[in-house]
Amino acid sequence: MRRALVACITMATSAAPLGVFLVSRRMTLMGDAASHAILPGAALAFIISGVSLWPMTIGGLVAGLLMAVVAGVVTRITSLREDASFTAAYLTSLAIGVMIISIKGSTVDLLHVLFGNVLAVDNDSLKLINSITTVSLLTLAIIYRPLIMECFDSGFLKVQQGRGAIYHHLFLILVVLNLVASFQALGTLMAVGIMVLPAIATKFWTKSIDNAIGLSMLFGVVASITGLLLSYHYNLPSGPAIVLTASAWYLVSIFLGLSGGILIRFFPRKHFH
Amino acid sequence: MAYFKLGDDCMTPAIKLHDLTVAYDRRPAVHHIKGDFPSGELTAITGPNGAGKSTLLKAIAGILPVFEGSIEFCGLTRKDMAYLPQAADLQTDFPISVLQMVTSGFWQTSNGFQKITSAQKEKAIEALRVAGLIGFDNRTLDSLSAGQFQRALFARVLVQDARLILLDEPFTSIDTATTEAFLDVIKLWHKEKRTVICVLHDFEQIKTNFTDCLLIARECIAWGKSQEVLSPENLLGARFFREVSHNKH
Repeated sequence: MRRALVACITMATSAAPLGVFLVSRRMTLMGDAASHAILPGAALAFIISGVSLWPMTIGGLVAGLLMAVVAGVVTRITSLREDASFTAAYLTSLAIGVMIISIKGSTVDLLHVLFGNVLAVDNDSLKLINSITTVSLLTLAIIYRPLIMECFDSGFLKVQQGRGAIYHHLFLILVVLNLVASFQALGTLMAVGIMVLPAIATKFWTKSIDNAIGLSMLFGVVASITGLLLSYHYNLPSGPAIVLTASAWYLVSIFLGLSGGILIRFFPRKHFH
Repeated sequence: MAYFKLGDDCMTPAIKLHDLTVAYDRRPAVHHIKGDFPSGELTAITGPNGAGKSTLLKAIAGILPVFEGSIEFCGLTRKDMAYLPQAADLQTDFPISVLQMVTSGFWQTSNGFQKITSAQKEKAIEALRVAGLIGFDNRTLDSLSAGQFQRALFARVLVQDARLILLDEPFTSIDTATTEAFLDVIKLWHKEKRTVICVLHDFEQIKTNFTDCLLIARECIAWGKSQEVLSPENLLGARFFREVSHNKH
């Protein structure tokens, strides 16, 4: 239980800032697609070597990155739009993954892969999760400003230093890395939940991206701890419990949020003179 | 095939175009242009819609790749350049503040990683003042009108303190008073011997304020002093040229 707690806290802290960027760049669908795409890689690894940490992680990573690359390439060399291309890619990979597990594994295995099993996180998994989250946070801190510039005005980076695409690719790699880290706990269907839901909630609390990053980490960590405790005490599956807690906070934010929430419109403040 | 050349300090020109073609999907938007942008002068690029003006500017800025030919910079590097894009190319509702956007103009000196110093902050606020945006530092970009956004972009260019300044339709959405203020800044740049290349539509504005002009309609129609280039014959030629090439496709 303690391990599960630590795992969730570190995952939430690392994933949340990436979620803020996904939301700001309107890439949440791509994040969702990436989390589903991890499945066939993890499933193949599972077939070959059972529920073993490193093969599943590497399999998931390769599959996730491959999908991101393929979908990106298809968008660039055909007339297909990005959202359609990603949707096609992730549906294909999700179906392949579910097929593999259904043929070769048990229903329980399938459920765990799809929905996660955070209480099964052992010391090795924890070390892996912690390493991934540390690397991710450090990298994000380093590329923070270039990434913002690349999102807002990619031409500017090209003029200043002749390349901007590298930050976009690094960002995608970080997203897939974090999803691979969280999929053990939350499953492929909802790994993106802890990344995106806290970030979406921050939209109702602040307009600045700097604040949003801090807030999203806070929301994510609180949602994880609360969800985990609820699932522990009431014997509920942990993945959905965590994500539902995050969703609940999102719904609350819609009403109570100080920046664009619904309730605040009933208490209008005087305009400036 | 396509490349930037860094010539050594050539006599007068700041930029030389050597048989330059820039294409989208092999369709040329800029077709076999050759000529020189004089150093320290104000050159306007103008022509009908779709003539390739923004494309040419982007190729010079390094944002678009050159398809054929080359662009030679004399005594200038990428670090000496400032580029003002069209607001339509940007994500205008990105959640950063006006001050954060303007201070990104210090990218070359702060390397994108170091903290913005208070001196830089002061310069940014002063640039915003010149652009007519006093007190806008902490406003987020999505709360700005089109004109305010355009002015904030101009402030970023001011802060960059560049020797070569490329402006893509800088007066879009801007009222007359602010346009005059910006033209004053451009005239100051001329006094400071900076090279300014500006895409514009208003011929009278060009004749009054810009020394040189490149009239382009995919290919070069005329290039030289504004008064001579913007003659009625040349302008008619530009329009006619564009309509003919439309029929070819």
